[in-house]
Amino acid sequence: MYVSTKWLENYVDTKGIAPADLAEKITRAGIEVDTIIDRSEGLTNIVVGHVESCEKHPEADKLNICQVNIGEETVQIICGAPNVAAGQNIIAALPGAKLPGGIKIKKAKLRGEVSNGMICSLQELGVEGKTVAKAYAEGIYVLPADAKPGTDALSFLGLDDVILEFDLTPNRSDALSMLGVAYEVGAILSEDVKLPKIEYTASNEKAEDVLTLKVEAKEDNPMYVAKVVKNLKVAESPLWLQNYLMAAGVRPHNNVVDITNFVLLEYGQPLHAFDYDRLATKEIVVRHAVEGEKMTTLDDVERTLHADQLVITNGKEPVALAGVMGGANSEVHDGTTTVVIESAYFAPASVRKTSKDVGLRSDASTRFEKGVDPNRVAEAAERAAQLMAELAGGEVLAGSVQFDELDKESVRILLSPDYVNQRLGMKIPMDEMVSILGRLQIPVEAANGQLVVDAPTRRQDLRIREDLIEEIARLYGYDEIPMTLPIGESVPGGLNSFQEKRRLVRRFMESAGLYQAITYSLTSRAESQSFALETAPVTELLMPMSEDRSILRQSLLPHLLDATTYNVARRIDTVSLYETGSVFLGTQEDGLPKEVGHVAAVITGKWVDHAWQQENKKVDFFVMKGIVEGLMDTLGLTDKVTYAKATHDGLHPGRTADILLDGAVVGVLGQLHPTEQKKHDLKETYVMEMNLAMLLAESAEALVYAQVPRYPSMSRDIALVVSKDEAAGSLMDIIQEAGGKLLKDVAVFDLYEGDKVEEGTKSLAFSLTYFDPERTLTDEEVVTRHDKVLAALKEKSGAVLRG
Amino acid sequence: MEQQLEQLKQEALQKIEAAASVKELNDVRVAYLGKKGPITDLLKGMGKLPADERPKMGALVNVVRETVTTSLEEKMELLEQQAVNEKLEKETIDISLPGRPVKLGNHHPLTRVVEEIEDFFISMGYEVAEGPEVEQDYYNFEALNLPKGHPARDMQDSFYITEDVLLRTHTSPVQARTMASKKGEPIKIICPGKVYRRDSDDATHSHQFTQIEGLVVGEDIRMSDLKGTLALFAKKMFGEEREIRLRPSFFPFTEPSVEMDISCFKCGGSGCNVCKKTGWIEILGAGMVHPNVLKMAGYDPEVFTGFAFGMGPERIAMLKYGVEDIRHFFTNDMRFLSQFNRTEV
Repeated sequence: MYVSTKWLENYVDTKGIAPADLAEKITRAGIEVDTIIDRSEGLTNIVVGHVESCEKHPEADKLNICQVNIGEETVQIICGAPNVAAGQNIIAALPGAKLPGGIKIKKAKLRGEVSNGMICSLQELGVEGKTVAKAYAEGIYVLPADAKPGTDALSFLGLDDVILEFDLTPNRSDALSMLGVAYEVGAILSEDVKLPKIEYTASNEKAEDVLTLKVEAKEDNPMYVAKVVKNLKVAESPLWLQNYLMAAGVRPHNNVVDITNFVLLEYGQPLHAFDYDRLATKEIVVRHAVEGEKMTTLDDVERTLHADQLVITNGKEPVALAGVMGGANSEVHDGTTTVVIESAYFAPASVRKTSKDVGLRSDASTRFEKGVDPNRVAEAAERAAQLMAELAGGEVLAGSVQFDELDKESVRILLSPDYVNQRLGMKIPMDEMVSILGRLQIPVEAANGQLVVDAPTRRQDLRIREDLIEEIARLYGYDEIPMTLPIGESVPGGLNSFQEKRRLVRRFMESAGLYQAITYSLTSRAESQSFALETAPVTELLMPMSEDRSILRQSLLPHLLDATTYNVARRIDTVSLYETGSVFLGTQEDGLPKEVGHVAAVITGKWVDHAWQQENKKVDFFVMKGIVEGLMDTLGLTDKVTYAKATHDGLHPGRTADILLDGAVVGVLGQLHPTEQKKHDLKETYVMEMNLAMLLAESAEALVYAQVPRYPSMSRDIALVVSKDEAAGSLMDIIQEAGGKLLKDVAVFDLYEGDKVEEGTKSLAFSLTYFDPERTLTDEEVVTRHDKVLAALKEKSGAVLRG
Repeated sequence: MEQQLEQLKQEALQKIEAAASVKELNDVRVAYLGKKGPITDLLKGMGKLPADERPKMGALVNVVRETVTTSLEEKMELLEQQAVNEKLEKETIDISLPGRPVKLGNHHPLTRVVEEIEDFFISMGYEVAEGPEVEQDYYNFEALNLPKGHPARDMQDSFYITEDVLLRTHTSPVQARTMASKKGEPIKIICPGKVYRRDSDDATHSHQFTQIEGLVVGEDIRMSDLKGTLALFAKKMFGEEREIRLRPSFFPFTEPSVEMDISCFKCGGSGCNVCKKTGWIEILGAGMVHPNVLKMAGYDPEVFTGFAFGMGPERIAMLKYGVEDIRHFFTNDMRFLSQFNRTEV
């Protein structure tokens, strides 16, 4: 909503407060003033000129040489506009003038002819093109005949004005009108509101003599008022009216249409004007459309109507889409002499639906959607009739044609001052509350310590006590509210165990060298199930904005890989990212997908990189496995976790493992399949994804310290030659089993595959630590046990000691 | 013999003095104090002396031996020290070369902001509540005083899955769910999470973003409690000197509703590009829980009141760290992410 401060002054005295200060007061009281537009900013030396003569430039087809009277003298100005002509009053920017965008006007020569300035269009003065009347949209602006050459053109055009752009919240539709704004400003400044005086002389002829009305859709149209004005002359509106409309962002058309728009802006009541003669039937019938019925709206679009859409008809065919847009067949035109003014209350839901269905939002529909003031419907029609009499020379027929079953009662709210103060934590005296409501022109009476408030129909946001508490508090000033903290039992706050452990997971991943990423949950159909640990029917948007963001993910990896590719494409060769987030699986009983927390990671590039010490090592499977193992250790799950060789779509078949917790798969880790790597423009890349919910549901055991060893341990290293297929893990299992209680630890310390061992075999070296917490072991005991281990290895895996 | 001894002592001391290395010194030790050395010889020859001279000579020889030994030890220490110094000299490195990097990642800036907010409210006795990202229309809208067809639903165009299921447009449904499950109990929660709106992604819009909301419900919760809580939060999050101001606003689920501005942390209120010359920065929306919302969740609004507030971690991170484009948070450029690795305390 654009509020012209110049126009506002007609309804409320702003006492000369600077617009910026006024804007601040309005904002602090509850309606945010988004921007302050000073329309004359940067404009100087712009006067009214009279074109005394206009001749073609001898050297240039499109230029005209104009002699322009600018008051005390007549100067020559070259003008390229197609519509310039002798006899016009125009806007002249004289040398030294400044125009928006930093343009400075200088005396110049155009193709050999002197030009002492520029004849301007409104756009050149900073007026938005879409608000300029069509007649002047492509050329210079022509001022009315009464404009006096040499006088300031800005005040003549109403550009000596400051516009406040309101950012209205949906509840304050009352401020979608100049009068509504005046009530608000009046309350803030403790000033009265000056309502327009509606006076005109009606003709003897009655509206009901020339027009009949039938409302067949009472629910959607509980009130309809039609007035008839005849013998009017359609013409350009007076400049003041056009100026107000342009200030409000509305393009002037002709006096009849402009008046309906003016009243819409003034009262917040949308009006429509029909050409009475074009209606042809002397009849208005409001009904729902017949399914499939067609009509052409004012924008020349033929629309097919539906049975739930409300239409105004002439008894035969639709002449307007109620509350949304008029029909082309009954449009007011230059030759119109008799007009029907429509002022109605259309049900918000009906207009909202129709406007949405046909994709048309107009100044009218936005107001109907929010609900117009029932008590202004009739008055607005009278106001328009008055203006048509004054400005278009019309003859207003007496009375109106009306249908009215609309509830116009105000809402009574009982409010105790204690209740107000208790809710606010304040001590506002009762008479102060009465005074504030009085300033808002809200009828209030104090009786038996209670306030009896009649919320006016123009303020449909006032329904319950809390609404009034807000009114009182915002005008009393939110700065006056003291600062306290809730009283009452205090309980310890905190994270639940899942949240706490999820933080632990993040910290671990970061301490392991991974950066936390956050990617989008929505993805494409193709990627929605890639790499998923578990797939289920996908969750798909009804109306996606694009195919790329149409389905909820079932794995975190596709977007993490996209992020990796993004980085690598920018020459960041080493990427290490992880993410914790939800995947979305199937549909549960409540209609929602199952949301499961996952953690995933991607690494590529170098892992160790210390250039000047010539150390650098690429990422490999075991870097990622180390991260998983470290995480399991942090979560106290190491003893419950095993790894099993596995194959997964998109992963390297020889370098992939399932991660199992108590034997159940909780995740996967492995190398990205070379084809996938190529597809993503990545070099060797390793990934991991786990079901975080399953991991964190498992609780770790209580941490009890084990005594620091008092007796020495003994180590034995062995190098074994085994078949290439033999897994180190199974050898370690054999060693563990044979080693029994005395074997405290077994660790791999070398792997060799090459010329020095027989083909088809490899050498694996283990370090075994024997230990008894109760005593020092003897050599003999260790040798005996160690031999058992070697025997078991030989027996179960054919492993022999490397010679 | 005394003379001989004195000469021997002088000789030994000179050689000790002259020794330039540990080896040379050891040679001197062997030469004079060793089993075949002259001093040992002298001691061995004591038997040939008359009995009455033996103690005197014995003492003399011992003195000489001790003098030589002490001198040797002193010299040895000196030489060892020299040897150490030489070794250290050779071991000198260029300490200006860079160290071995510790491989560390860090939090995403949004997590950083969210955790900071969570931790403040946890310290005030709040619990962290979470809920589904795919929500029922009921919890996302209806339970929050936004019935179907409510004009305020226009404020947040949504991604629907079915007519009754959608991607949540705010984290408020977590509040509605918590109220429904805690029927009648006082509540103090903070709800962080991802939310989704039908927006085209650009520098200031994202179809997916983050919200964090708070809710307090109890008997006699006042608007002044909301103001006091938010003021403490603003100081904790943006600095001790921060002032707050409340401006009236509108949310369907609160009444009265407010927006909170903080005094600009960059210019302190004098006006700069961060606060667009106003001295104030809009940080969050808040209000007193609407009686309808309480009623729908089974709380008697005559007895229970509450306040709620909500804010966008993206906006806070953009303001705090000067990030100019919201898309940076979801691009996951390592050069962006790795900047949020240090404390600001």
